[in-house]
Amino acid sequence: MSDKPAPKESTDKQALLDLDRSIGNFSFPERHKYDAGYGLSEQTIDYICDVKNEPDWIREFRKKALQVFESKPLPTHWATKEIEKIDFDAIRYYLSDGERPKRSWDDVPDDVKRTFERLGVPEQERQFLAGVEAQYDSESAYSNIKEELKSQGVIFVNSTEGLKEYPEIFKPWFGKVIPTGDNKFSALNSAVFSGGSFIYVPKGLKLKHPLQAYFRINSENFGQFERTLIIADEGAELMYMEGCTAPQFETSTLHSAVVELVALKGAKIQYVTVQNWSSNVFNMVTKRGIAMEDAEIRWIDCNIGSGLTMKYPGVVLKGKRARGEVISIAIANTGQHQDTGAKMIHAADDTTSNVVSKSISIGSGRSSYRGQVVIPRGLKGCKNNTECDALLLAADSRTDTYPAITVRGDKNVVQHEASVSQVSEDMLFYMEQRGIPKAAAMSLAVNGFINDLVQEFPMEYSVELRRLIDLEMEDSIG
Amino acid sequence: MSLIIKNLHANVQGTPILKGINLEIPKGEVHAIMGPNGSGKSTLSKVLCGHPDYEITQGEVWLDGQNLLEMGVDERSRAGLFLAFQYPMEVPGVSNANFLRAAMQARMPEGEELDAVSFYKTLYAKMDQLGMARKFTSRAVNEGFSGGEKKRNEVLQMLLLEPSYAILDETDSGLDIDALRIVSEGVNSMRSPFRSFLVITHYKRLLDYIKPDVVHVLAHGQIVRTGGYELVDELEAQGYEFLKELDLPNA
Repeated sequence: MSDKPAPKESTDKQALLDLDRSIGNFSFPERHKYDAGYGLSEQTIDYICDVKNEPDWIREFRKKALQVFESKPLPTHWATKEIEKIDFDAIRYYLSDGERPKRSWDDVPDDVKRTFERLGVPEQERQFLAGVEAQYDSESAYSNIKEELKSQGVIFVNSTEGLKEYPEIFKPWFGKVIPTGDNKFSALNSAVFSGGSFIYVPKGLKLKHPLQAYFRINSENFGQFERTLIIADEGAELMYMEGCTAPQFETSTLHSAVVELVALKGAKIQYVTVQNWSSNVFNMVTKRGIAMEDAEIRWIDCNIGSGLTMKYPGVVLKGKRARGEVISIAIANTGQHQDTGAKMIHAADDTTSNVVSKSISIGSGRSSYRGQVVIPRGLKGCKNNTECDALLLAADSRTDTYPAITVRGDKNVVQHEASVSQVSEDMLFYMEQRGIPKAAAMSLAVNGFINDLVQEFPMEYSVELRRLIDLEMEDSIG
Repeated sequence: MSLIIKNLHANVQGTPILKGINLEIPKGEVHAIMGPNGSGKSTLSKVLCGHPDYEITQGEVWLDGQNLLEMGVDERSRAGLFLAFQYPMEVPGVSNANFLRAAMQARMPEGEELDAVSFYKTLYAKMDQLGMARKFTSRAVNEGFSGGEKKRNEVLQMLLLEPSYAILDETDSGLDIDALRIVSEGVNSMRSPFRSFLVITHYKRLLDYIKPDVVHVLAHGQIVRTGGYELVDELEAQGYEFLKELDLPNA
């Protein structure tokens, strides 16, 4: 942290790590049949419920949530004042073309199809995915899962279809992992949610290939509020991946998702995110999972884009020997603030949690780590390990760490390590002296810093990450 | 073909360190620079390589007819200038092999990929030559290396990059007798009519292994004496006392 002006080469550094931020920067003209208009009121909610033809219990759920949203202040007593710049009256809360999600890309409207083709989604689906959901503004345009999985009882639909078609599975968990009143933005999502995935994997079924969702914002002055609920029944295993992009608009856009994961006894869920929103998107996301006995939940999270991201994936370790993990990479360039972290709530004996967070601040970018680890009195055999490392690339890059660890009782082990390092001028000089151009040298240093975490991401996944990571190929030739 | 330094002056944070260096190193020759602490030896090596901390106030440097001072740090390297650092930097998380590959790749013509198999073959051969264990390919560059291991790693990089002008900045410091011999043999194996060395050292023992053609004494930012190998013995016997007698115009 420093008040010094950036050294002159910092612009070079920005340019080179401004990686693939342009990949999602295109849009098609709007052709919405349904537009809830600007601002948020009970009428907005009625409009959404009517368009989606939702049951009454959801309408009530939404309206209660609206009251909670309106009653809660913005959390500026601890969060950045930037969130005050969100103008809730200048946002459109629901936009759709009124089409049902298609099972074949051939049936998807041409502009939408071209959007996802440019983002590489259909190609990835062919190559390695078990199912894909592609959301365009408020609704999913495409949703498909391999027949074989469907016949084994796997459910992979959007949230509206989930709550209508599978209420007996959906309702018991919906809003239970993250209650409406958890925070202002979870309340907002609960009021106006649309899209997102509902997934159920039956007992003992282990999915070999990942399921993927891609969230795309195409329209200006719009808020995307997808809602995802994933339930892995006893002994089931799955990996879910999400990607997101938006074009660079003149005005800011809001993305506020709620993601709830339920891992029943012995189940395993891995949730992978590569967030590459354009830099005027406010990304305010609440993500939490509940892990029962012997279950495991891992959040693998990479935040490259957005102007401000506030996201602290959490795991409630409810059953004995449950395991929770958050692996996160955040890259904050000039004009960006990645405020990310993790929550690990231990609620049973012998539960373990692991948090590894690495952030890179470029130019005047800021990254913050906020962690919460709770081990209440009376528990024994609980373990937490937290490591957070920050890399600063310029003199006015900024990083902060706010760990909050509450451990009561004495039969548990908690470990916290934090470090801040810099790509120093001397390190760059050394690399350049070997003939490596400055941009490549910087890339090497950054890749070196996050190398161990990058190996946790499925490599085929995203073009964004692929270009970021020049994976060490040494072993490949034996 | 040579490295020509003409009346080179350089400051660090406004303080003059180099005060008119004149030096010509023809291809194929080994020159040694000796001199007391603080005389500007390391500064000279960094200035030649383009370290951003130094401001050049006067003078010229020509590398095989190219104006070196107008080239970027990485360009100078690719043009054939190599510095074995006195204090090599650590590059956390980047394996030695990947670092070297990036350096080799940077020398490939646009659009061409380095052949990984032949790269490793060469790398392993050079490591064997220096008695370096294979584990050093996967370890992060210089991270957790002992002083001697770092110096050996510098020479490894030199062997791979095959520079036409190599500056060794106190490469002997931190080396035990055996390592000194191995490293010197590595350097000697590279001596050729097409390659020059500038060896900066305090000690005769390195120059016993790497026999210089010309020896210079650097003091107060200038070359104050130049001679043959016999100058090394003279300095070893008498030290730098003679400097006090000298009347240096810019000192």
